[in-house]
Amino acid sequence: MKTLSLKGDAMKDMTRRDALWMTAGLLAVAVVPLPVDAADTAMEEIRQFTGGSEAAESGKISLEMPEIAENGNTVPLTVSVDSPMSGDDYVKRVMVLADANPRPGVATFHFSPKSGVAEASTRMRLARTQNVIAVAEMSDGSFHMAKATVKVTIGGCGG
Amino acid sequence: MAKSKPRVKAPKAAGKGEVITIKTLISHKMESGQRKDKQGNLIPRQIIHNFTAKFNGETVFSVDIEPAISANPYLQFKMRADEPGEFEFIWEDDDGSVYSKKQKLSVT
Repeated sequence: MKTLSLKGDAMKDMTRRDALWMTAGLLAVAVVPLPVDAADTAMEEIRQFTGGSEAAESGKISLEMPEIAENGNTVPLTVSVDSPMSGDDYVKRVMVLADANPRPGVATFHFSPKSGVAEASTRMRLARTQNVIAVAEMSDGSFHMAKATVKVTIGGCGG
Repeated sequence: MAKSKPRVKAPKAAGKGEVITIKTLISHKMESGQRKDKQGNLIPRQIIHNFTAKFNGETVFSVDIEPAISANPYLQFKMRADEPGEFEFIWEDDDGSVYSKKQKLSVT
């Protein structure tokens, strides 16, 4: 295979096809970093939510989602946190993120000791196959995290 | 768009201390602000951005909602029935509309 160089005579040798491949290469470089950015945004939102504290994947929080979602427009989700939900030991809030959606935020559930059980369900949109992350803030100031990977057949942010 | 219609499914009666399940749904297109019309213009965002459940005036559960929640947002949650009273469920729309529904709960 011919190596591409923009210097000297090599440039003159460049055919239409080479030019096309180069353009394709440049496009690939431009497109690939996007999912990374989305995941970074998700991480940044988690940092803001926890105020920099560590969110442990402790098994205290459970995120129930289908492994495969045929329709990304409406994917069921149930998040629950193991907590006595008493006046001095309860779950304050749970944030849900989707790390490869155009915007990672999904919802933040605010619980109270009156909730009795820290559990909530809803239906969400997923643009493509990705991780859904739930982060819970407890009344003692600790944070817990859970992740679920959902394979999406038809994306749900279409236009 | 037709006026959004909220629906609630919650028990009318519960035993004292029982944890009850409340299911809510509101008809709403939840326009994400990410879609484009046929001319390629971005369709402005219009979603239900907050849901609050109050019992006897006290907030027991609320949700900050982002455009990633599906159309006709469905929410299911729990509450411990300590005393009788009245629920008030409130949905806030980006366009400033507020939809609400009340329901009584007796506790025995």
